[in-house]
Amino acid sequence: MVKVSFHIEARNLCKEYSGKKALTNVSFGVKRGEIFALIGPNGAGKTTLLRILDLLEAPSSGTVWIEETQLDYSSRDRQTLRRRIGMVFQQTVLFNMSVFDNVAYSLKVRGVNKKIVGKKVKSMLELVQLRSFEHRNALALSGGEAQRVALAQALVAEPELLLLDEPTANLDPRNVSIVEEVLSHVNREDKTTMVMATHNMVQAENIAHRVAVLNEGKIEKIGEFQEIFEKPSRFLADFARLENVFSGVSRASAEGTSIIDVGNGLQVEAAFKKVGNVTFYVCPEDIILSIRPLVSSARNAFEGRIVQISDLGSVVKLKVRAGKDFIVQITKRSFNEMALNVDSKVFLAFKASQVQTI
Amino acid sequence: MKMMIEDSFLEEILNITLLSLKVSGSAVLIGSLIGVPIGMILGLGRFRGKQSFMRFIDVTLRSFVNTFMGLPPVVVGLVVYLLLTSLGPFGPLRLLYTPTAMIITQLMMVVPIITGVTMSAVGSVEKAIREKALSLGATDGQAAWMVLREARMGVLTAITVAFGAAVSEVGGIMITGGNIRWVTRTLTTAVVVEVELGNFALAISLGVILLSMAFAINLALTIIQLKGARW
Repeated sequence: MVKVSFHIEARNLCKEYSGKKALTNVSFGVKRGEIFALIGPNGAGKTTLLRILDLLEAPSSGTVWIEETQLDYSSRDRQTLRRRIGMVFQQTVLFNMSVFDNVAYSLKVRGVNKKIVGKKVKSMLELVQLRSFEHRNALALSGGEAQRVALAQALVAEPELLLLDEPTANLDPRNVSIVEEVLSHVNREDKTTMVMATHNMVQAENIAHRVAVLNEGKIEKIGEFQEIFEKPSRFLADFARLENVFSGVSRASAEGTSIIDVGNGLQVEAAFKKVGNVTFYVCPEDIILSIRPLVSSARNAFEGRIVQISDLGSVVKLKVRAGKDFIVQITKRSFNEMALNVDSKVFLAFKASQVQTI
Repeated sequence: MKMMIEDSFLEEILNITLLSLKVSGSAVLIGSLIGVPIGMILGLGRFRGKQSFMRFIDVTLRSFVNTFMGLPPVVVGLVVYLLLTSLGPFGPLRLLYTPTAMIITQLMMVVPIITGVTMSAVGSVEKAIREKALSLGATDGQAAWMVLREARMGVLTAITVAFGAAVSEVGGIMITGGNIRWVTRTLTTAVVVEVELGNFALAISLGVILLSMAFAINLALTIIQLKGARW
């Protein structure tokens, strides 16, 4: 029986490359208008999966359905189905021609009328904020600009389904936010269904409606971001780029908490009870940063200096050296109000209950 | 008297230079017409289908091309000589010691070079460009066309390399052309003779002309490559 409720569905996909299993029994369904993130470390099979969904590679076994149509990998007419799908590759490939012609290509191969091509390309370039770039050669663009052109190429034909392979990997924060904005806009306005491979957890959390965790070619978990990452496993922590991950020796305190010695004279108090070697993390958002020492209920308070600042648009990530390096995330507004700079002296505070074991 | 010597001297140099251009130019022109399409077909991997027979042909052709890219010109000259000599199979055509024989010799040299360089130029962009075009909705034919379009600079390189090899070649055309004054003497074969005769002044000026020619052609092609990013 065909489940019509899914826009795209993979059933028991397997892919082998000369005996090596790249995908094992991968099954999932994505609803129309949904943004579905595939997260997993490099080599987990994300790219292979997306290539199969885009009919660039045939699975060894298993089927893919777009609504009630089963993808036929041996068909001579694959482009008919493929024209309903847009794909943005991790490795940006652009043609040696102007930005305008690059974006126009998707429409030209579909035989779209020239006047309409001009209009659509221009409004698409507007959307990715490259309107003034239309006459430039695409190969002369920066990485971020090139990836925005690639996004425009895929979107200009108004695909009902968009596949994205790490669309913002290696982009600077400004370009990341433009790409994310465009994706949100398109998903909202055109109800475009998206399957996005990423290992950027913040992105998965912010953009995706549902998430599948892919590891060694198998789907480990599938569901909403929160329910999956409530209790991260060691494996998740490794690739999820959990920040502020520390290891140390824990001992019980008189108050029933744990004191963990992480080295460099730094002791972290945690609400859990565990003795011996532990690995734990503190979310960058959970750390309060101040320019004066705080009198608060937070059991952990450290003094340090800012060693690195990365601007992520609306938020700023700071690396603070306080015995160990902590990553702290604060809003741009607080950042500006406190007039912070590299080497500014700051105080960090977080509650014992915000220290989470892995 | 001195003027006359200078006149005929210049005239001979001009004759030699033009013959070099004519022989190597014709060989590269004809060689491109043969080598570029074969290189493109091989580069596109059109033979790499599921049928083992086609794959066999693909592998064989590739190995041939790669082997013949490094063919010693004197060996080519010898083979062409044996084919064209009056006792050889094409003897009756009476082509030995003519510019045509020299063109044939250089043609056999440049076809593998043009095919091989075109093949690798197309092959290097083939996967990425083809998949990109396909993902944007192109048919197989449209995608193949885009691959060729993107490999155009590589094709230009193939032709440049081939011309460079042809115009500086000496062993092959010496055998099949015979280095006959006013008829089959080129810049390279003339240099050999003039050095043997001890006419170093003439040999050096011929060498300078050869170098200048190679430089001018490479300069032109480099300019095209730089500008060509736009077409």
